[in-house]
Amino acid sequence: MSDIILKVENVSKQYRLGVVGTGTISHDLNRWWYKIRGKEDPFLKIGDSNDRSTKGNSEYVWALKDINFEVKRGEVLGIIGKNGAGKSTLLKILSKVTSPTTGSIKSKGRIASLLEVGTGFHPEMTGKENIFLNGAILGMTKKEINAKLDEIIEFSGCERYIDTPVKRYSSGMKVRLAFAVAAHLEPDILVVDEVLAVGDAEFQKKAIGKMQDISNTEGRTVLFVSHDMVAVQNLCSSCILLENGLLKKRGATNDVIKFYLTSDEKNKDKNDSYDLTKSSKFTDSKYFQLVKLEIIDEILGKGFKVTSCKSCEFKIYYTAPNLLKKAIKIGITIKDDFFKPLMTFNSTFINKSLCVEKTNDFISCKVDTMNLASGDYHIHIWFIIDEEKEIIIENAGKFLIVKNNIYGTGILPDPFYHGNIIHKGFSFGSN
Amino acid sequence: MNKDQDWLFEIKPKSNLFMLNFKEIWQYRDLLMLFVKRDVVTLYKQTILGPLWYIIQPLLTSLIFTLIFNNIANISTGSVPPFLFNLTGVIIWTYFKECFVSTSDTFKKNEAIFGKVYFPRVIMPLSIVVSNLLKFFIQLIIFIGFYVYFIFKGHDLSPNKFIFLYPFLVFLMGLLGLGLGMIISSLVTKYRDLTFLVNFGVQLLMYLSAVMYPLTLIQDKLPQKFSWLVTYNPLAQIIELSRNILINTVQINFKGLGYSSIITVIIVLFGLLIFNKTEKSFIDTI
Repeated sequence: MSDIILKVENVSKQYRLGVVGTGTISHDLNRWWYKIRGKEDPFLKIGDSNDRSTKGNSEYVWALKDINFEVKRGEVLGIIGKNGAGKSTLLKILSKVTSPTTGSIKSKGRIASLLEVGTGFHPEMTGKENIFLNGAILGMTKKEINAKLDEIIEFSGCERYIDTPVKRYSSGMKVRLAFAVAAHLEPDILVVDEVLAVGDAEFQKKAIGKMQDISNTEGRTVLFVSHDMVAVQNLCSSCILLENGLLKKRGATNDVIKFYLTSDEKNKDKNDSYDLTKSSKFTDSKYFQLVKLEIIDEILGKGFKVTSCKSCEFKIYYTAPNLLKKAIKIGITIKDDFFKPLMTFNSTFINKSLCVEKTNDFISCKVDTMNLASGDYHIHIWFIIDEEKEIIIENAGKFLIVKNNIYGTGILPDPFYHGNIIHKGFSFGSN
Repeated sequence: MNKDQDWLFEIKPKSNLFMLNFKEIWQYRDLLMLFVKRDVVTLYKQTILGPLWYIIQPLLTSLIFTLIFNNIANISTGSVPPFLFNLTGVIIWTYFKECFVSTSDTFKKNEAIFGKVYFPRVIMPLSIVVSNLLKFFIQLIIFIGFYVYFIFKGHDLSPNKFIFLYPFLVFLMGLLGLGLGMIISSLVTKYRDLTFLVNFGVQLLMYLSAVMYPLTLIQDKLPQKFSWLVTYNPLAQIIELSRNILINTVQINFKGLGYSSIITVIIVLFGLLIFNKTEKSFIDTI
């Protein structure tokens, strides 16, 4: 179906920075003065792009600037971007919580938002009462809720607590209940913002499944905002990428995610490796000096990120003016956050010494599959030079293994429980 | 076929001032009732006396007023028992006050929920007016109880033939509270100064609203320079009228009723206008 259900045209949103004080009233008066003379608002012409980290010149920023896109019926659109890129502002405008400064949004269907769970839950009221209240806040009528009450309670999995005040619920139970209500809402367009983070694994799966149902079988449209790339990959057919309030890219999910992850790295261009000149304890630089450590991922390229279960390369640069033709041995160990060793690549095990050929060179260590689950890891480097001098660099660098939908199921190993990942099928013994 | 006409709705930066969508409010009527239920059910949770507080408040207030204004200050209430006189004023004043004070806080108090989901914001103040109406009915029943009691004690009490106007007066009071509350709540989103004014001002307003004295007393005792403060106060007119209807058989001042109604309509329309304008982007300024 190529039928467009939502059309966002030139939407911009301006915010004023700083505190509301006496300055506000003078700006308001100024604005009003322009308005009664029939002129354009003077403050709309100024304003910086929304770059969080740099100091701007203007008191006004554009949280969103000239956003244009269309969503088709039944499409699941992912919205990704860094913190402060304008994702939540966009969703707020879509769900009518705030209005855009300029531009318009046209819709052919009812929009319901699930910006944060448990909105409007009253702690003193029971679960059941809150289902009605929350449902009504989200736009259902009492009749609609009544018809679905059993279904909602069952989906939430909180049957036992349903007549207990919500203040006695655990935070996970509140999320379950709230999502259960929202999932049964039946709007034409559902807006979801990072709600799944709180529930346990079982519930997250259930929630994602429900969202897939909503779009696949019921043909409804979902706008999904998340930092969890795997969830986005699983759920969304296409994506938009926001950066500093601008629409950076729109396209198929995989392309946009790849663009996002790699563009993130390009920003670090000046500093994409670890400097080893200071951490090397072996200080005689006339003799041997480590320069830097580079990490190169098969997909993401040079940087500090490695994709889980893909190949990568560690490059250690050195200068060795007086060490030509001498042998060195090297070991690289990858440890977890608690400095527990997980993986080692060591030239002594294969009984191999590397011979120094040039004064300025690098040693490369290629890893076929980085079969560790996503998370932070540390690199430890060990050297033996000329059979006698030992260099140990504890924690030479840190890198992040990013999630990869290895099994194609969206179910991912957790570093805490699963450690290494071995890609293998199962079969029963009788076969 | 013009494609633009297919759109169900459009979100735009600014709309004309009077875009109150009654159809939408009607769609959310269940929400209104659920908010009312929430307010009523949860207010006195974990209290010992519970809903008895609805009754205790006006009774104690009337009692104190009787002691101070009638016994000490010697304000005459004619043939009407002073306690009943005060109770009549207090219940209808309380209704106004509760509506006004609660609605004036709408945006600030509901910031969290307004910041996340959309529903017609006006539902919130409307629900406050309705739930306070329920409290008012409970107090009215107590009032009727005392009314009957005083008749049995031999007082000469009989309602006016215009008793049918009483619901209309209550309605006016609710609207006034709603209108003023909406104005204040809209202004408070940006400038917090008004919060202080509300709590303090509503106290002063009570003394200017003929709650514990008859309106005629003002005209007799206050110089013209100040008496307009009370006589042109629509609240004072409504309270005086409600008292005349219920316990006196004095001629009804229709001029006062007309005046109050017009002022009320103006205030409510202005309130809706400013509230409507604020609701679109208050979340950015609060």
